[in-house]
Amino acid sequence: MRVGPDIDPALWRGLTARRVSRRDLFKAAGVTAGAMGLSAILDACGVAGSQASKSPSATGVGSQSWWDQQKKTTQLDFANWPLYIDPSILKTFTKQTGINVTYQTVINDNDPFLAKIIPALQNGQGTGYDLCVNTNGGPMDRLIALGFVIPLDHRKIPNFFKYADPNVKSPTYDPGNKYTVTWQSGFTAIGYNSKEVKNPPKTFNELLNSPYKGKVGMFGNNQDLPCPALVAAGYDVQTSTPDQWKKAAEPVMRARDNGTIRAFYDQSYIDSLENGDILVTQAWSGDIFIAAAPKSIGGDGYPEMRLNLPTEGSIYWHDNMWIPLHAQNPVSSMMMMNFVYDPPIAARNADFIWYVSPVPSAKDIVLNDLKDPSVANSPLVFPTAADIAKTQGYRVWKDQAEEEEWNSIWEPVYSS
Amino acid sequence: MEQHLGTGVQLVEHRRLKLRRRLAPYFLSAPGSLWLLLFFLLPLVFMASVSLQTGNLLQGFRMTWHFANYSDALSLYHVQFVRSLIYGSIATGITLVVSYPLAYWIAFHGGRYKNTLLLLILLPFFVTFVIRTLAWEFILSDQGIVLGTLKHWHLLPQNYHVLATSTAVIAGIAYNYLPFMALPLYVALEKIDRTVVEAARDLYSSNRAVFSHVILPLSLPGVFAGLLLTFVPAVGDYVNAAILGGTNNVMIGNIIQLKYLQDFDYPLASALSFILMAALLIGIFIYARALGTRQIEEYV
Amino acid sequence: MSVATAREISTPRAEMAPRRERHKRWTRFVLPVYAWLVIVYLMVPIAVMIIYSFNNSGFKKVSFRWLGFTTTYYKHLFAIPDLTASMKNSLVVAVVSTLIATAFGTLWALALVRYRYRGKQTSEFVMFLNIAAPEIVLGASLLSLFVTFGVPRNLVTIIIAHVMFNVAFVAITVRARLTGFDLTVEEAAKDLGANAWTTFWKVTFPLIWPGILAGALLAFALSIDDFIITNFVAGATQTFPLWVWGVSRVGIPPQVFVMGTLIFMVGLLLAVGNIVLQRRKAREG
Repeated sequence: MRVGPDIDPALWRGLTARRVSRRDLFKAAGVTAGAMGLSAILDACGVAGSQASKSPSATGVGSQSWWDQQKKTTQLDFANWPLYIDPSILKTFTKQTGINVTYQTVINDNDPFLAKIIPALQNGQGTGYDLCVNTNGGPMDRLIALGFVIPLDHRKIPNFFKYADPNVKSPTYDPGNKYTVTWQSGFTAIGYNSKEVKNPPKTFNELLNSPYKGKVGMFGNNQDLPCPALVAAGYDVQTSTPDQWKKAAEPVMRARDNGTIRAFYDQSYIDSLENGDILVTQAWSGDIFIAAAPKSIGGDGYPEMRLNLPTEGSIYWHDNMWIPLHAQNPVSSMMMMNFVYDPPIAARNADFIWYVSPVPSAKDIVLNDLKDPSVANSPLVFPTAADIAKTQGYRVWKDQAEEEEWNSIWEPVYSS
Repeated sequence: MEQHLGTGVQLVEHRRLKLRRRLAPYFLSAPGSLWLLLFFLLPLVFMASVSLQTGNLLQGFRMTWHFANYSDALSLYHVQFVRSLIYGSIATGITLVVSYPLAYWIAFHGGRYKNTLLLLILLPFFVTFVIRTLAWEFILSDQGIVLGTLKHWHLLPQNYHVLATSTAVIAGIAYNYLPFMALPLYVALEKIDRTVVEAARDLYSSNRAVFSHVILPLSLPGVFAGLLLTFVPAVGDYVNAAILGGTNNVMIGNIIQLKYLQDFDYPLASALSFILMAALLIGIFIYARALGTRQIEEYV
Repeated sequence: MSVATAREISTPRAEMAPRRERHKRWTRFVLPVYAWLVIVYLMVPIAVMIIYSFNNSGFKKVSFRWLGFTTTYYKHLFAIPDLTASMKNSLVVAVVSTLIATAFGTLWALALVRYRYRGKQTSEFVMFLNIAAPEIVLGASLLSLFVTFGVPRNLVTIIIAHVMFNVAFVAITVRARLTGFDLTVEEAAKDLGANAWTTFWKVTFPLIWPGILAGALLAFALSIDDFIITNFVAGATQTFPLWVWGVSRVGIPPQVFVMGTLIFMVGLLLAVGNIVLQRRKAREG
């Protein structure tokens, strides 16, 4: 190729034209500088963790001296689940202590409630509540680990130490009851419609292999589904390994994929059971009690609803009272905690709520004073030690990494 | 108007007016555009930044340029992504097919009742979205008003159910987003110059030809706007899936909500949101190119 | 001339009649029936909701077993304090965000229609992006912003979010009204001696008022019904859709159906009022 006058001038122009103008260079420089500056800002960005330095143990909140400084007030902001208290005991409480109770049934499920309060607590603000009730195994564990729970003053709850059932004292998720005392407990078991179901399932595996395809309900959270599955597979919930988790998850996924399981529910399963959308389901003991009770005494009026405790053992969980950080009336909270462990009060609660009462001596009061043998003699409200012996609790993870591994195996089961 | 400039004083006045005229659009558009800059664009930048971080609630999140969040998101949830695109497409298709004749009839044959009819269509959507979807759950319940009656007369097998299937979810989405398709269609159809249609009637022999050669093409901007306003929210919706769906109906919106609000896994959730937005934007641009539009903003 | 001839050649008169008949059948019968069927279908959940708001199902949750007619829940509509509180929040958010979004959006529309300026195309693109972005992305990104800066989530953050997604809708609604408007009337006003302020209020504003009203109504409707974005940025505050969702997990209380019925009645009244107004205007005009 010769350079010379033979070359087409247009081609020559094209070959030699400046590709990048000075303006383009400035633009590029500006963009790069901007990007570098932006990335410097972004590097500095991050979301602060809930540092250990802010937790109660570090700041002294909840210590004996801190409690000594707290004064009694005339107000209590109590957040709880719906239908989880005998409303008359609130009036009794106010009469006895002079404390006005603002009772809000804002907790429909653990996770959405935590989703609301954790961001506020992370910002160092109060939740607006003095006393909340949340379940162990995940919600309670997380709150304690994040340092959002005020340690209790044991001097203020003598009734707890006198009357509480030994199995709620110093549970694995809260040794020494440093942060919580149990409100009510319950079983995760099997519920069914006895009118439609001729051979009710007696084990978790029978639930998975139910002939009622598309009419089986399961829980869609990371404790109520995995733990019964592990028990049914013959493993110990607390000591099981990730391999065992995977093995236990397999039959559940099979049942899901072949259409047996209709859906993975939150606590709205009871609605679907009553509507007839599902015929057999995992269930919480008290829900079935309420569903079967007549409307006149506060139930839903579906007497065909029954509960079976799985023969391999059910899961026994606890809903716990706890005091959030920055609560305005912590002394009122402690007084309420003490109040509900008084046996006559516990008896009234047991007779209304129909979940497992943490006060065994309330049984006689329910039987003799409140004259309600159906509640007093029910193993679902006052279980014997033998009943409890067969149960297992929710999993307690030893650290964040273990929890994440557990979730990575179980979440795809119920959210796919 | 400004040809005659006049004396020095008038010149200054004129310049000041011209300056005011030049600055006017900036002042007018400032509040709106600044708001969007601060609360729309900036959050997107921060979401991008969060999507590259690692950490958890306990120890905090730190920027580590962890691009693996994106690959993790795709490998873990590609099923839900694809499912959402499929559900969104089918639901959008249904709304288009259902709305078009409706919009056509109102636009061309509505007469003086046009506005009344439009209001009639929009009236059900006054009631809260959540209530409407709950009402459908109520209606479609296995032993409910519809299925219960049909089963009672043995017109359906006893274990037939609509809820907890993809059909219910898609039907819910189609129902809830119908006005977003019907309204733009109506606007586009109503704008069509009637004299053009008359001319077409004179030129073409059949009404079908008039429709396919004249009316349909002229209504395409409305179709595009309707598709945009329906498909995008439909893909990201999670309320219909939560209320009407069962197993294997989980949409990507449910996952994003779960990751953000329950697991507090901000990095993964942000990566998922970005992938969703990118997928939708690419789809829109491809579609716009196919339609031959040069400035898509014109159709919004 | 040739067109008419071509027509006659291709379709003799005899064939035209049945085709016109078919067309008439299509437009006089099939289409209207179809349209009314769709309208009825749209009303189905509303009808069910209205009917079952009178069902005596008990205060806890609705039931589709018909247990008798009652208006108890209408009398006890405000028995649930959280319902009234959340409804109040929804109204406050809707009114405030509508006012702000309408003001900002109208000004922006004026700029877009009347002027050509640098950055106009970019801002139009941003507006398009805002409308095209899925709600979940809008809500999630705003949450990311608030979380990064430690901004507490409450009523204010909800209002911020609602203005954000409404401003673009108002702008395009008003812009649609503005384009094609002969604004030489403004020049005429200026020639007659009016200053910019008077021109705007006495001439421009009345002309674009229907567009502004339409934009405001759209913004109000979008705001009061919003669930997804609000869910992300609300924190502990409840708006009405959020409250209904939360409470429906345990069972839909009958008051929800009652409230839905009342909201529908308000909409119906507005619609009827609008028709009456239009009839009156048509008669006068």
